[in-house]
Order: sequence, then C-alpha cells, then structure tokens
Amino acid sequence: MGYLIQILAMTLAGLTALVLLFTLYMALTSPIPFLYNIRSVFVRWRATLATIAGIALVVGVYVSVQAMAVGLEKSSQNTGDPRNVMIVRKGSTAESSSQVTREQFKFINYLPQIARDDKGQPLISADVVVLLSLPRKENGGEANVLLRGVSPIGMNLRPQVALVEGRWFTPGRREVVVSRRLAARFANFAVGDKFKTGGKELTVSGVMDGANTAFDSEIWMDADESRALFDRENYSSVLLRVDDPAAGKVLIDRIESDKRLPLRALPEVDYYNSQTKTAGPIKFIGYFLAMAMSVGAIFAAMNTMYASVGARTREIGTLRVLGYRRLPILASFLIEGAFLSFAGGVLGCLLSFVMHGYSIGTMSLQSYSETVFQFRITPGLVAQGLIFSVIVGIWGSLLPAIRAARLPVIVALKSL
Amino acid sequence: MAEANIVTVRKLSKIYRQGDINVTALNQISLDIKTGEILTLMGPSGSGKTTLLHIIAGIDRPTSGECRVQDIDVTRLNESQLADWRNQNVGFVFQTFNLIPVLTAYENVELPLLLTRLGRKQRRHQVNTALELVGLGDRSHHLPRQLSGGQEQRVAIARALVTSPSLVVADEPTGNLDSHSAQEVLSILQSLSQSAGKTVIMVTHDPKAAAFGSRSIHLEKGELTN
Repeated sequence: MGYLIQILAMTLAGLTALVLLFTLYMALTSPIPFLYNIRSVFVRWRATLATIAGIALVVGVYVSVQAMAVGLEKSSQNTGDPRNVMIVRKGSTAESSSQVTREQFKFINYLPQIARDDKGQPLISADVVVLLSLPRKENGGEANVLLRGVSPIGMNLRPQVALVEGRWFTPGRREVVVSRRLAARFANFAVGDKFKTGGKELTVSGVMDGANTAFDSEIWMDADESRALFDRENYSSVLLRVDDPAAGKVLIDRIESDKRLPLRALPEVDYYNSQTKTAGPIKFIGYFLAMAMSVGAIFAAMNTMYASVGARTREIGTLRVLGYRRLPILASFLIEGAFLSFAGGVLGCLLSFVMHGYSIGTMSLQSYSETVFQFRITPGLVAQGLIFSVIVGIWGSLLPAIRAARLPVIVALKSL
Repeated sequence: MAEANIVTVRKLSKIYRQGDINVTALNQISLDIKTGEILTLMGPSGSGKTTLLHIIAGIDRPTSGECRVQDIDVTRLNESQLADWRNQNVGFVFQTFNLIPVLTAYENVELPLLLTRLGRKQRRHQVNTALELVGLGDRSHHLPRQLSGGQEQRVAIARALVTSPSLVVADEPTGNLDSHSAQEVLSILQSLSQSAGKTVIMVTHDPKAAAFGSRSIHLEKGELTN
C-alpha cells in the first residue's frame, strides 16, 4: 500500500514537472501574447478576485505554518559558537536529560586543548539545567521552563546573550535573569517580581535577550546557587572553548574514545542543530494543511477557468481561424491559470509576512520545556509558496485548457 | 488570356447528422472562382452558403468532394496544416467582427502576424499599413469597445489583410452595420479586388451588397440555382 502511494506520488510529481516545463516552454515561445491572458484574467474580476483570495489563503497558511517550523529550527540553529564544544552524557538527546559528574568535570578541566582567558583560567563551564513548572500569564495554566545554572565563564562563552533590563544575578543569592520572550509569556517575570518553585522563592533581578537563539527560552541563575537550591549533586552539561577547530577535533576524539567517560562531546553548533525535532510535526501539519486546502484551491481555479473558457469560446474560435493551433490555445489557458494562481501566491506570501517576527511558544520535544521562537519567513519559503501556487493554478486550469483546445473551430465560432 | 481559377470546387457535399436525421447542407456543388473577382454567395437561411464559405476557407470539412484553393486540396490537409494554411492564405471578415475585446485595434490586427517569422519592426510596418488602408491609422490604440461598429469591422478587414492573403472571405460583413458603415466596408472590399487583385468571397443577404460583387451565385437547399 505504501509502495503504491509512493508510485502515485512520484507519478503525480513527474506529471506536474512535465506540465510545468511545457507551460514554461510555451510561455517563452507561444505566439499568443501574454497581455491577452493578463487582461482577460481581470475582465471577470469578481471571480478572479475570489480565486486569488482562495489561493492566497492556502499559500498564506502554508507559508505561515512552515515559517513557524523554520523559526523553531532557526532558534536552535542560531545558537552556539563554532569555537565551543558541548559535552553531555552519552545517550542523552538534550541537556535536561544529561548528567556530568563532578569527577568527570574535573577530568575534562585538565584537557590541554581548552582555550584559556587572559588570566590563564580555562574557558570551561559546567551548567545545571532544571525544569520548573511555572504559571503562564492570564490563566494560561502552567508550563515547563528551562532554568540554567550558569557560571561567569559560562556567560562569557555565550556572548550573544545580553542584559536588557535590571542587573545580572548575584552569585550566592536566589536571583534569576529571565529572557525577554519568556517574560512576555509567564506570570511574575518582571524585574523585582518574586515567584515560588518547589517551596523556594526566587527574585527576578533582570531581563536578558538571547538574540533569537535557544537562550530566549531560558531563565539563568548562578550555577552553584542552583545546585544547592535544587539539590543537584551533578552537572547537566559542560561547555568549553577550544583554540581552533583542530584542537576541538582532538578533544572530541579524546573524550569519545575514552571508555571510562560515558560522555558525548560535539561542537556546540552541531548540538543545537540536532535540537530541531519539534519542527517535524509542525512541518507535517503544514504539508497536510496545504495538501488538503490545495484540493479546494484547485477546484476554485478550475471553476474560474471553466467559466473563462465558456465566456471566451468565440475568441478561441477566432484565434483558431486566424491560424493558431490547438497547443498554443492549451498553453495560453494554462499560462493564464498559472498567472491567476501566482497572483494569489504573491498575495498569500504578503499576508503571511504579517506573521513574520511574531513570537510564539510551544513545548520542545527535546527539553520538554517551553520554547519561544519567532515566525521566520525566508526567501526559500516565499519561493516554495509561489511555486506551490503555480502548481495549483496549472492543475486547476488543465482540464479547462484541454476543453478550450479541443473545441472544434466551427462550434467555437458559432458560440454566442 | 482567361484569368486562372483560384478556387475549384468539385462535387462538394456536406451532410450533417441531427439525431437520426441526415441534413444535406451542400449537395454535389461544383464551382470555379477566378483570381481577383468578388463573388457574392446569396440565398435564404439554411441554403448552405456559409457552409460552402467555411469549407473553401478551410474551417469546415466536406462529407465528400474536392475543394482546391491555389491547387491545394484543402480537404486533405490535417488540422495543423489547415491552421498554417489559413494563416498564410485566407483573410476572414465576420458578421460579428470577432475582435478580441481585451486587445487594442493594433494588437488585434497584429494577431495573425505573430504566427509568422516577421520581426517586431516589420510587423509594426504591416499593421500600420493595414490600419491606414482602412482609414484607422489614428485609432490603433483603441479597444474594440471604444470603436463604432463600422470601425470595428474595418479593423477586422485590416486583420484579414495584414498577412497579404490571396483570398478574403467575408460572412455577412455588413449584417450588423448601418447603411453608411456598410457602404464604407463594401467599398474597401471592392478596392481590395480592383487595386490589390485579391479574390473576395462574400456571403450576404443584402442585394445592395451583392451589387458590389463582380459575380453573384445563388444557393437553395444546398444546390446552386444559377
């Protein structure tokens, strides 16, 4: 059954590509002026506008949903510094499910490939990651938030994070800095606010901005204080900087090959690139919605094009009498349908731009915490939306175009 | 020396099937048309004159018989060959003008030329010449709805002439025009024959229009009566 669906899908894709190529070739070589199609499209402007609006809706939904997936992916992919190496427990897919013991951390600390700061201190930080269940704003129930216990060096290793309000937490005090995006979504996240978790009270000392990275979905506090507060013996992960990529490779090989260390080391960039699992279901929903809605859009385009062929039967007859063959007539209506749909596609993309940059949150399937990200409409997505619209238009106008091309000249001429 | 025949029709029949009944539109018609003449086809509705015109012009096919135009048996050409042949050899003028409403007069006249190998400059020259010939050089950028009926028909004549066909067929070209416009259109068709040597075949009900022709033939029930 699956095999059959695959064959069907491939046949459909092949046919679409063929019709698309034919239309493109004819668009470039057809003797029928393109102006004729453009002007004809707007003669029946009510039907045309309704079809354009329908296709715009489909393309808008498709691009918006995909923009959500891209935004989610981008927030992960933006994160990480190519000079940093992340170390987590072997087998864990996220920091929240990882453990690095103090002994392991000590061992890593002495690896010679680690870069050092001006004072000769190794640039390495062990972080504690804790999931807190906190209330959202305006009765939105509770959601998990990722709290990162981070050392001063850990903060230096993530220079993209900047304080935008208040001040950084003071080591040894129960203070947190929340991300601006989370502050907009959770209760008691304003500077000076206090909130309780597990019977312990934390004070918000500042608000930070993660520059569209995964850190936009985190709360930060002092690493040692967080270990004490949440009674954690071990760390969750280790982040360190190496001098150059070659040193990084040596360090990674060293850790990965040591049987006594059940740890996984990888470039920080790669780690965050792998944290995009949550985007999968969103993409699927996008594709599914687009497929379902495109069936409707194809019928809308078909309806408009059938009406158009019906109203222009005598024009078709005239063109045939003047010497135009069936193929240019067929192509002319395909091009017209494609143009109509393309206009819908452009409108849909423009509409979806309203969502560009809009922040939204979802539960990450990796960390099981609230991940805040922005809709990201990329040139690639716009291109996808436009190609998608042209395909809808071509399939919608194929049957009407065939009807137009097959009309006998005499019958077409006698039409009123 | 006698002028050569441009059209030779032999034993041409056209039978339509309407449900279970066969309707004979043309019955064994034989006819010669000389180069440069204006032949008017007259007869009551349903007499077969338009069918005969359509077969000669290559837009309909006979049931049997032969129709040679300039020594080409048009009944033997396939669809694509017929389309090319029509483009190069026949100019059409319809009762209802049949201009493309969204295209300007210039663009309408240019339509048949877009199928030729002519470049843009040469096309422009030929379109402008054709429009000048029908007295509409100053209306080239008007849409059909901005023109009067007579002007629309003159644009249609310019379109019929622009490829320099040897044969011009006109189906009731004055049927939708007032008498003044009709007179203008007929004069243009007459001058085509007299000064440009074109052969014009015109279907008409109007005896005044028929008077412009050099010869007139009558059809009744699919047969020639004179």
